[in-house]
Amino acid sequence: MEVAQHSVTEKVNCYHCGSLCEEKVILSGNNSFCCTGCKAVYEILNDNNLCEYYELDRTPGVSLLHVREESYAYLEEPQVAKKILAFSSDSFCRVQFSIPAIHCISCIWLLENLQRLNEGVVKSEVNFSRKQVTIDYSPAKVSLSAIARLLASLGYAPSISLEGQTKASPTNHTLITKLAIAGFCFGNIMLLSFPEYLGLNELDHELKLVFSYLNLFLALPVIIYSGQEYFIAAWRSYQQKQINIDVPIAVGLAALFLRSSYDILSHTGPGYLDSLSGLVFFLLIGRWFQSKTYDSLAFDRDYKSYFPLAINKKIKEEWKPVLVQDLEKGDVIRVRNMEIIPADSYLRGVEAFIDYSFVTGESKPVYATVGDFIYGGGRLIGQPVEFVVGKKISQSHLTSLWNNEIFQKKEESQYKKIIDKTAQKFTWAVMGLSIITALYWWLMAPSQMWLVFTAVLMVACPCALALAAPFTFGNMLRVFGRNGFYLKNADVIERLASIDTIVFDKTGTVTYGASALKFIGHLTDEELGRIKALANSSTHPLSQLVSQSISFESLETITDFSEIPSKGIQGVIANHLIKLGSPSFVSFEDEKNPNSRVYVSIDGMARGHFNIETTIRPGMKALINKLDPKAPIYLLSGDQGAEEERMKNVFPDDAKMHFNQSPLDKLHFVSNLQQNGFRVMMIGDGLNDSGALKQSDVGIAVTDNTGVFTPASDGILKGEVLQNLNQFMKLSKSAITILKIAFGISFFYNIIALGFAVSGNLSPLTAAILMPISSVSVVGFSSLAVNWVARNHFKQKD
Amino acid sequence: MEIIILLIFISLTIALAFLGAFIWNMKSGQYDDTYGPSVRMLFEDKKKNPRNTKASKK
Repeated sequence: MEVAQHSVTEKVNCYHCGSLCEEKVILSGNNSFCCTGCKAVYEILNDNNLCEYYELDRTPGVSLLHVREESYAYLEEPQVAKKILAFSSDSFCRVQFSIPAIHCISCIWLLENLQRLNEGVVKSEVNFSRKQVTIDYSPAKVSLSAIARLLASLGYAPSISLEGQTKASPTNHTLITKLAIAGFCFGNIMLLSFPEYLGLNELDHELKLVFSYLNLFLALPVIIYSGQEYFIAAWRSYQQKQINIDVPIAVGLAALFLRSSYDILSHTGPGYLDSLSGLVFFLLIGRWFQSKTYDSLAFDRDYKSYFPLAINKKIKEEWKPVLVQDLEKGDVIRVRNMEIIPADSYLRGVEAFIDYSFVTGESKPVYATVGDFIYGGGRLIGQPVEFVVGKKISQSHLTSLWNNEIFQKKEESQYKKIIDKTAQKFTWAVMGLSIITALYWWLMAPSQMWLVFTAVLMVACPCALALAAPFTFGNMLRVFGRNGFYLKNADVIERLASIDTIVFDKTGTVTYGASALKFIGHLTDEELGRIKALANSSTHPLSQLVSQSISFESLETITDFSEIPSKGIQGVIANHLIKLGSPSFVSFEDEKNPNSRVYVSIDGMARGHFNIETTIRPGMKALINKLDPKAPIYLLSGDQGAEEERMKNVFPDDAKMHFNQSPLDKLHFVSNLQQNGFRVMMIGDGLNDSGALKQSDVGIAVTDNTGVFTPASDGILKGEVLQNLNQFMKLSKSAITILKIAFGISFFYNIIALGFAVSGNLSPLTAAILMPISSVSVVGFSSLAVNWVARNHFKQKD
Repeated sequence: MEIIILLIFISLTIALAFLGAFIWNMKSGQYDDTYGPSVRMLFEDKKKNPRNTKASKK
């Protein structure tokens, strides 16, 4: 096997993961790879005759550039394994892993052929929509941690959490069962009602009776089982003295059923059971349509799914993995490169670099020396280091945020939905009208009073009204999802439309990605190549960053290389002494921020420094300009304000910026705005935004990879479409307009039907025609209108 | 005319059987993943002779 390295002259895509080979191209066989990780996976698959993986889909692989190594040793602890295994015996075990990286047909194929890579695996099966794989294995031949390592080595690192193992939701199954039964009964009742409408002879009286009794029998499961939720909800809202849409529905359903039973049992008519069952069927379709969620995304994660499950703890001079929640004050733990420090603790090792960007919003890695206090949640960069736990996890600086009362509150916000506001007025109007009608008929023809009264209640049943919101918002939810914005549920759209204040987080939201190094000073290409070669010889995180940031290669040899801990590195290349490191080490006069800079000197001459910078998302400035100028914009950041000048370029002059904000400060900031009557949207990404996201009216988590951790939120927005935020907000406002028009259509039908009912002319046939037509036209209108509006919006953008 | 009543009961029974089958299918999780099975049937089964087909030399 030949392995060659080129500097990139033409654009080559990785055979494995398809990403552009940016730094160098690695060849294996005739295929090129972007990194050794991708090549390694290819070689594993090639050796095991599994290259069909690359034939099913083009460049199906998952880039291993950002996958961190984990040993999964903690999975061997019996108490951990017990929580994770779905089934376990001596000869057979079953485990279910969530694998966010599953994305294509090749993934399914490879993950279902695991038994060809490891003979301990008996069978594996992928659930694509949940992004889960279920693996049956024999514990005698392979261990759980070995399976997890195998998956990770292929680029399918399982995300393991002790509580987040989602099971198929039984609620959805119940809803579909109800829907199926209602649909079944609806179809049969329609069929049996047809002869009546088409006009059976008087001779067929007996047949008529059989049909109507059969109908009554078929309607029982509809009203008792399928429709029960509406009665329960109506009863609950009666207890709470609040009228919502379920009240008139329940009244209408009850009126339909009682009146029909009376008609059938007294042999006076065929009843309205087809209307009743059709109504329930349509209502349940609406509910089902609205219940769409993104199974593979989690909207309710807290810090527990971000923190590691287990960590190496020193027990009697031996390292053993223990569950992090069992850590006590004073325990000694060891954290490796790219692992998260689970609890507030003190550094025991000599030095460490800690990346707090997800926790505090500080974008530069922080340097710590022995004895320094480290907040839990930071990510260690560099060599393994020991820590002494200072506080239990639940009392740590970051996690104590979850003790705030906002996290104890039930989800339901005080926001009053349009549908409920409308339903309230509607209910009063219907009640008034039915009483007036009843009075009128009582005076004119008392024998007809009850018939007309029930007819009014029946046609007033706001089925079309109840369908308008699920279909408008449900369609919009799907449109948003297609464009990279995943909402927790359809109700969020309504709240999104009412937003008048936007709060941005800085790190990870306005800026993104790993920190990049920028050289301030002047160096020739040749010198840069030498610096890369020198930096490459060191494993220090900053050296690695320096090395990655330079694209020039030097093939000259390094002599006299030495690394002085916490100072820097030096070496001689082509008779030039090159030093990289702290200001004092390279004899540089420095002003400030020495920790996040790498200074360079060549032959004793100071040449400049590398500065860590984050990148501002493209399109950010354009987005801010496009947002409604009346809506105030705020920027909250956990870091020290070093980037205030850059942010001023992005944000308008009247935008207020607040730096140095703790997670709790952010939460209070949002709740203060709300107390002043603003409806706040918070856009953030990290754990430090969790409180603010929860407190805000709409909390949106921005992520560049939907597979990674996002804090609890109302919606997850892909980073690359953040620039379309204004489009989404406009669309949500259009959804409200569409909803109001749909209400209008529904009222129009209600008024026609009421006209029949009030005058005492409502025949079962009229009801059976009017009710489905009103439902279908409302559903059709809102679905078409939403898709039409959405297409227009996103066409403009292109 | 009795025959039509008999026929209706037979058709109802059959329809009920299908309804029961649907609910049973759903509860056993057959509709949980609608994408996976559609591609799984396209995979070729090479398990019996893994060394027969050489790895593709692209």
